[in-house]
Amino acid sequence: MADLEALTKAFSGIGVDENSLISILANSNHEHKKSLRKGCSKFFIEDDNGFERLHQSTVKNLKLEFKRFRDAVVLSLLHPWERDARLIEKALKQGPRHYSVIVEIACTRSSDELLGARKAYHSLFDHSIEEDLASRIKGSERKLLVALVSAYRYEGPKVDEDVAKSEAEILSSAIKSADKRKPIEDEDAIMILSTRSKPHLQAVYEHYSKICGKTITEDLEAEGILKDTVECLCTPATYFTRVLEAALSVDADEESKRALTRVIVTQKEFMVKEGNVLNKIQGILTGSYKDFVLGLVAGGKN
Amino acid sequence: MATLIAPDHPSAVEDAEALRKACKGWGTDEKAIISVLGHRNAAQRKQIRLAYEELYQEDLIKRLESELSGDFEKAVYRWVLDPADRDAVLANVAIKKISPDHHVIIEISCTRSPEELLALRRAYQARYKHSLEEDVAAHTKGDIRKLLVALVSAFRYDGEEINTRRANSEANILHDAIKDEAFNHEEVIRILSTRSKMQLMATFNCYRDDQGTTITKKLLGESGDEFLVALRTAVRCLNDPKKYFEKVLRNSIKGIGTDEDALTRVIVTRAEKDLKEIKDLYHKRNSMPLEQAVAKDTSGDYEAFLLTLLGKED
Repeated sequence: MADLEALTKAFSGIGVDENSLISILANSNHEHKKSLRKGCSKFFIEDDNGFERLHQSTVKNLKLEFKRFRDAVVLSLLHPWERDARLIEKALKQGPRHYSVIVEIACTRSSDELLGARKAYHSLFDHSIEEDLASRIKGSERKLLVALVSAYRYEGPKVDEDVAKSEAEILSSAIKSADKRKPIEDEDAIMILSTRSKPHLQAVYEHYSKICGKTITEDLEAEGILKDTVECLCTPATYFTRVLEAALSVDADEESKRALTRVIVTQKEFMVKEGNVLNKIQGILTGSYKDFVLGLVAGGKN
Repeated sequence: MATLIAPDHPSAVEDAEALRKACKGWGTDEKAIISVLGHRNAAQRKQIRLAYEELYQEDLIKRLESELSGDFEKAVYRWVLDPADRDAVLANVAIKKISPDHHVIIEISCTRSPEELLALRRAYQARYKHSLEEDVAAHTKGDIRKLLVALVSAFRYDGEEINTRRANSEANILHDAIKDEAFNHEEVIRILSTRSKMQLMATFNCYRDDQGTTITKKLLGESGDEFLVALRTAVRCLNDPKKYFEKVLRNSIKGIGTDEDALTRVIVTRAEKDLKEIKDLYHKRNSMPLEQAVAKDTSGDYEAFLLTLLGKED
């Protein structure tokens, strides 16, 4: 039933199409609405008192929909330095499951953009990013994350292939020794990933594939943050596509959906190129959130 | 306070012409070079370089390099460079030695302000096409490497705020880390390389108040332990840089022979900053003015240049 589909979509939390919601409800009598509710078992449950009750989580979702629109607006208004500083601070507060945001910012921004974020962080929070990360992160990711935000990478194209090859070998052996020592704590791996230039790391990535027959990211499948690091530094398009697809999938959680806003706002150039994802967005998002997002992307073409 | 004596509004063109005259012909008029360059601050020296380039289509620095020699040339070369560029050269020289000069890297990264350290990192990239941290990482290993990379990568908060509770707890962490046989290097590196300088000074004070002795004395232990020595240098540079520089100067002059690299480095890098206070410290400590010690230990144009930077009236 078209109405049921539209309603389900409206309650799924990725954009609310106010217009179609209004038209369904305005034209439904009591019986029709009841059958809609009964058909929409995902969002309505049978209450013991004989009525179809709206799921608590759906109420939250509706709130979040408008929050998402608001978040997107705020995020795109902020100066990129302040934006990135605040994203890092929030991710740090939220805990280990959110540390990939720190990796994303530290590794996909230019050297000067990252520096700007560090300056903004001083102004906003009266601390340096590295001191907050270093004192609050207790797990094995600490060294890598502190090193990544402290980087001021050379941005020229020059690469020493011999060095890149030997560093690919170092990474390979760090990954192979995972049973003896977590790769994310391997000092040499951390040094390579946090001090070398991106072109250099891309060369390391190529050499690794030649040496090992698989890409570094394939071999790091189980390694969460470390995999994100390599992806962001060497194949950022792959990383962003993955994040977007997770955000747009049917069973996306709240965190993944928030990533959608973040990536769209911060990666406009990428979004413009990603025709595939753009089409998906067209199909899935609705309402004011969708309009805003498409507007941002269109603006990114300039 | 600076020891450099420089006029308010020199003419860059006249200076460039004077330098050209000093370099033309068979010999070099070193005295003229000293009397111009030895009395110009960084901004003025930059103007002179630009004027010289425009007038003579030649890089003043290259000209000086070819005209001068020995310790005098090294000193003038370092003096003429922009401060950030100079720090980059000093860092690179220290890194590329067969046995890297850890203390120089520590000295530079710990005594410069956060903005100066950033400027150094930029200048280093422009000059050497690598980041400072990747070169440090490639030429060192073990705990020293971790410490040095962390120190050069720092962008410390520059404010005055101190968290007393944290200063106390981190003083305890440092104490435990140092007295422990296993020595938790990670925590020490974390604290020393990420906290603001004000916060660190408060921490060192807490340490001294709690333990009855300064943290540097506690770290005196084994001079064979390279990491401990490096830590001590870092703490001293962070806690009281002028005192540290006085010691470097004292060590460079005392005994047989002179460590010209160290002597030049401190005088050239501090002449526009705090060499006056360092001189006073030296005098108090050694009952002899620094100028006198330098004059005893050096000679010729090199001596004349250093004395000029130390504020000797012409």
